[in-house]
Amino acid sequence: MNLDEFVNLYEKHKKRPSKKDAIEILTKDEITEVDYIKLLNCYDLDVLEVAARKAKDITERYFGKNIFLYAPLYISNFCSSGCIYCGYSCFNKIKRKRLNINEIEDEMKALKKKGFQTILILTGEDNTKEGFNHLKDAVRFARRYFSEVLIETSPLTLEGYMELVNEGLTGVTLYQETYDLDTYKKVHLLGKKRDFKARLCAIERAIEAGVREVNIGCLLGLCSDYLKDVFLLSMHAMYLLKKYSKVELSISFPRIRPFKGMKFNYTEVSDLELVKFIVYTRLFLKSVGINISTRERSDLRDNLIGLGVTKMSAESKTSVGGYSKEGHSFEQFEVSDKRSLDEIIKVIRSKGYNAEFTNWVMI
Amino acid sequence: MCLVLGGKRIKSRLFVGTGKLPNYELIKDIIKEADIDVVTVAVRRVSKDSTRENILDYIPKDTIIMVNTSGARDHKEAIKIALIGRELTNSNWVKVEIEADTKYLLPDNEETIKACQVLVKEGFKVFPYISPDLIVSKKLEDIGVCAVMPLGAPIGTNKGLVAKELLKTIINEIKIPVIVDAGIGRPSHAAEAMELGAEACLINTAIATAKDPINMAKAFKMAIDAGRRAYEIGILKEKEYADASSPLTGFLRGV
Repeated sequence: MNLDEFVNLYEKHKKRPSKKDAIEILTKDEITEVDYIKLLNCYDLDVLEVAARKAKDITERYFGKNIFLYAPLYISNFCSSGCIYCGYSCFNKIKRKRLNINEIEDEMKALKKKGFQTILILTGEDNTKEGFNHLKDAVRFARRYFSEVLIETSPLTLEGYMELVNEGLTGVTLYQETYDLDTYKKVHLLGKKRDFKARLCAIERAIEAGVREVNIGCLLGLCSDYLKDVFLLSMHAMYLLKKYSKVELSISFPRIRPFKGMKFNYTEVSDLELVKFIVYTRLFLKSVGINISTRERSDLRDNLIGLGVTKMSAESKTSVGGYSKEGHSFEQFEVSDKRSLDEIIKVIRSKGYNAEFTNWVMI
Repeated sequence: MCLVLGGKRIKSRLFVGTGKLPNYELIKDIIKEADIDVVTVAVRRVSKDSTRENILDYIPKDTIIMVNTSGARDHKEAIKIALIGRELTNSNWVKVEIEADTKYLLPDNEETIKACQVLVKEGFKVFPYISPDLIVSKKLEDIGVCAVMPLGAPIGTNKGLVAKELLKTIINEIKIPVIVDAGIGRPSHAAEAMELGAEACLINTAIATAKDPINMAKAFKMAIDAGRRAYEIGILKEKEYADASSPLTGFLRGV
């Protein structure tokens, strides 16, 4: 992927379009990269309203009236990377914990009992052999309980991903965090994660290893030019779609959430900006899933149903061992939407959508 | 005339998909109100051990379930999904759907042929979803599938019979039924497919995402019945010149 080419394209066209120009773009069936840049730079609420209606229609055509629900499961917070925006950073003096296999199974049983069929297993950036074997055990156990098993961990080798696919892994989430190289260097101070290019290429190894679903994203607020970050994220998605036509692709736009002891000054990204990103990205990438986690407020999440979002986490705990035990460990970030799964399902239904728990059958 | 498919007499030529509806309760109402005989159910949406609701609980016992292999990326996955689907539903009707392109959701005809070869031998009643291609349809007919299900337009586009000329070649040249699947957005599109000689239509998005799915299903049912009846009567050919009902030169022939 030639990132420089897209950076240049963005810099060339990143000016605010006239209302007339923006409306004209919305009349098109397919919008171009340049059109998308213009829309990202458009702040007209009338244009956004027209686009939102179109985004709703496109989303329903591709995904039906469905919102897919999943649960994150943190199995370890050991981390060798120093990322200044993350609660699990090795610089933070927090209690470290790696769940043993019995504890992992308890957590999975607790999630299964609630009705989840899709699980996202998370760890810190742990590149040790011990860490990999721990992850492999967790994937093997998850296969017994869930239809879809995804991971969000440090990048693995092709062989590593293949081993996990053989154990039942169906998907990988891997965020570049920011596509701006200078910002990337400033916020990743230690560990393997410092290598920008290595991280950018890693998701392709997961696809080549046979996972059926990948989720990419950038952490909004890391880079002050977050419009550029969103554009480059979508270009990354477009590149993957063209190269790997069979893979199911989704993207995320997480905004930075504070954690205890956070000392990092990030750029605030408003609700309006987030809605713009979801709506305009839906017009540009029609078939790509869009994921919103519980780091966003409940009222905002409710209003995003129908605007392009297709996946949501629910009743999430971002601490290790959070589902089955009281007094669990330190959270990676503070969850904003703390509602129960039942409450979230009720809202989804009231909006005229079906809460689905899986989009795959474990074969 | 009644449609016979997979050894069963089918009264309703409208088949309905269940994957995009806003709630499962609607499935039961659509089946009842639009008098539906056949519904497709994606195996990936059927849960064998969920503590939540199960789509199968909303399908009346006398409705034929055609399990759908959607999500399969190759013939091996499609075969496994079909086998799991048969076990979960006790139905041996399978719609073979193999998509190798997640952007346009187009079927992979080559992998579909391979899956059908195995599934026919496994005793399934096989209904392959294909890009409209006469040669592929003939190969599938030779394999022993019950019908072919070519798309009218890419899934969910509501664009109607953009592949009309290709659909005509299949309808004209093969002996097994042709069921038009995907891309049909309006009842008039479905009527057009039936007028061409399709034996049935499978509709999902246009019903599921309508403001009133039950009444939209009824509208499609009426259009499909009308199109079929017209086809059976014999549609008059379009002409380039007027053809007066009272001949203008009849007097020369003593009329």
